[in-house]
Amino acid sequence: MDTLTAEGLLLPWPDDDGEPFWAYARQGELRVQACAECGRLRFPPRPCCPHCGSFTDEWQLMSGRGRLWSYVVAHPPLLPAYAERAPYPVAVVELEEDPHIRLVGTLTGSVRRPNAPWNSVPPQRLRIGAPVQAVFQAVTPEVTVVRWALCGG
Amino acid sequence: MLRDRTAIVGIGQTRFAKHLEESEKALACRAVLAALDDAGIEPHEVDALASYTMEETDEVELAKAIGAGDVTFFSRIGFGGGGSCATVAHLAMAVATGQASVGVAWRSRKRGSGKRPWTNTTQQLPTPAQWTRPFGLLRPADEIAMLARRYMHEYGATRDHLFNVALACRNRANQNPDAIMYDRPLTRELYMDARWISEPLCLYDNCLETDGALACVVVSAERARDCRQRPVYIHSVAQGLPAQHHGMVNYWNDDPLTGPAWTAARQLWKTADFGPGDVDVAQIYDAFTPLIPLSLEGYGFCGRGEGAAFTEGGALELGGRLPINTGGGGLSEGYVHGFNLINEGVKQLRGISTAQVPDAATCLVTAGEGVPTSAVLLRV
Repeated sequence: MDTLTAEGLLLPWPDDDGEPFWAYARQGELRVQACAECGRLRFPPRPCCPHCGSFTDEWQLMSGRGRLWSYVVAHPPLLPAYAERAPYPVAVVELEEDPHIRLVGTLTGSVRRPNAPWNSVPPQRLRIGAPVQAVFQAVTPEVTVVRWALCGG
Repeated sequence: MLRDRTAIVGIGQTRFAKHLEESEKALACRAVLAALDDAGIEPHEVDALASYTMEETDEVELAKAIGAGDVTFFSRIGFGGGGSCATVAHLAMAVATGQASVGVAWRSRKRGSGKRPWTNTTQQLPTPAQWTRPFGLLRPADEIAMLARRYMHEYGATRDHLFNVALACRNRANQNPDAIMYDRPLTRELYMDARWISEPLCLYDNCLETDGALACVVVSAERARDCRQRPVYIHSVAQGLPAQHHGMVNYWNDDPLTGPAWTAARQLWKTADFGPGDVDVAQIYDAFTPLIPLSLEGYGFCGRGEGAAFTEGGALELGGRLPINTGGGGLSEGYVHGFNLINEGVKQLRGISTAQVPDAATCLVTAGEGVPTSAVLLRV
């Protein structure tokens, strides 16, 4: 399996529990693992429910709406492909459906530009609590990642 | 209870530098033999070994090189820097329960001249990596910076508070001839103008990259009284892996800013005869400056969200409310995965630190916050 994109970015290496997330992302869906017994969402995915112990799960469709929980702006030293993009912001986003479900991702200024460069959003525009929307970017023919678009941008 | 039934009776270390010629294994052997010599104990008496992960030298290699006897207890604790104090904890438990009589803990590391672990693109990193690394959250500095920005947002902490931490460590290093930063003073201007690593963290919020090794020797309190040095008693110990904790990317629970320190602290104080207000000096794991305010809160020196304000008015300096990292710590003495904090704690209680706290009788030493951690409370 490739570990890097042609540009040298790390690809996600899904484990057994995470694989469905990436399969749904390829279809343009943001789904989060939930317990099929008690209904609680959990992230990162894992084999059984920490609340009720059930091993049966279902992957619930999320709206893709969320808010910035925190962010950093990464500067070198970084891996070469990342250094080329630096300084770039990376965010942790809390999902509208459950603010304890948080996803890490890069940012874009608009839902219409899922492929915008990583450094296209000036860090001055970022505020904790700002609303964002999930967008999907195919980084290879097999792998699609979720990014976050600033709303009202 | 472990309470004072075991003691640290020997400490040893190599030189700290950006680059040392010898192998990690050779450095490990030098540190261990120096610690045994300090204690006045022969290597063939060693029957317990403790180390923590990311250590290259295994028990077989170390034992046969130093000439250890039959080893009946060996333990390697997980999670890198979170395991530093757990080595002492495991040896204390082994000695107190009769599984062994002379324990050696060590750390050898060439992070100054060796590779940065986060640059590895060919080996799978821990499970959460698929959720963070592809998006450019590559380094421990990025992972902690994310929590630091949230902490600053929630509690009004500022870069000046982080500077207070960096400055206290640097000031102590400026008193310690063995520290990498011995002759390099830090000013507020240098700090504020420094290059970013991962905003809101700048260069001086990050620990050093160091080659070096350290070790210590643990025996029973009875044996300790016959050793060469003043015994430093292991008063209480703890490890901490909180419920629903996720390591340094602790973004997926109710309160990501409440880390392993809180869990370790509850256990540590529960088995101690004294509390945070009685600690004379502390050695707090400082891979990154924000770990200090978080740990001050976790170990009960102040309340939730008060850790940054605690650093004001020279509180962390000599003569302050809680002098910390009196050898310079990972930020300014050397970053050897926290083991230098253990040895500095022993030096304080022997009265031989280069930045001695007068009459220090109690010392808290902590391991890495932000990963499953550990801590020890030392006393004389």
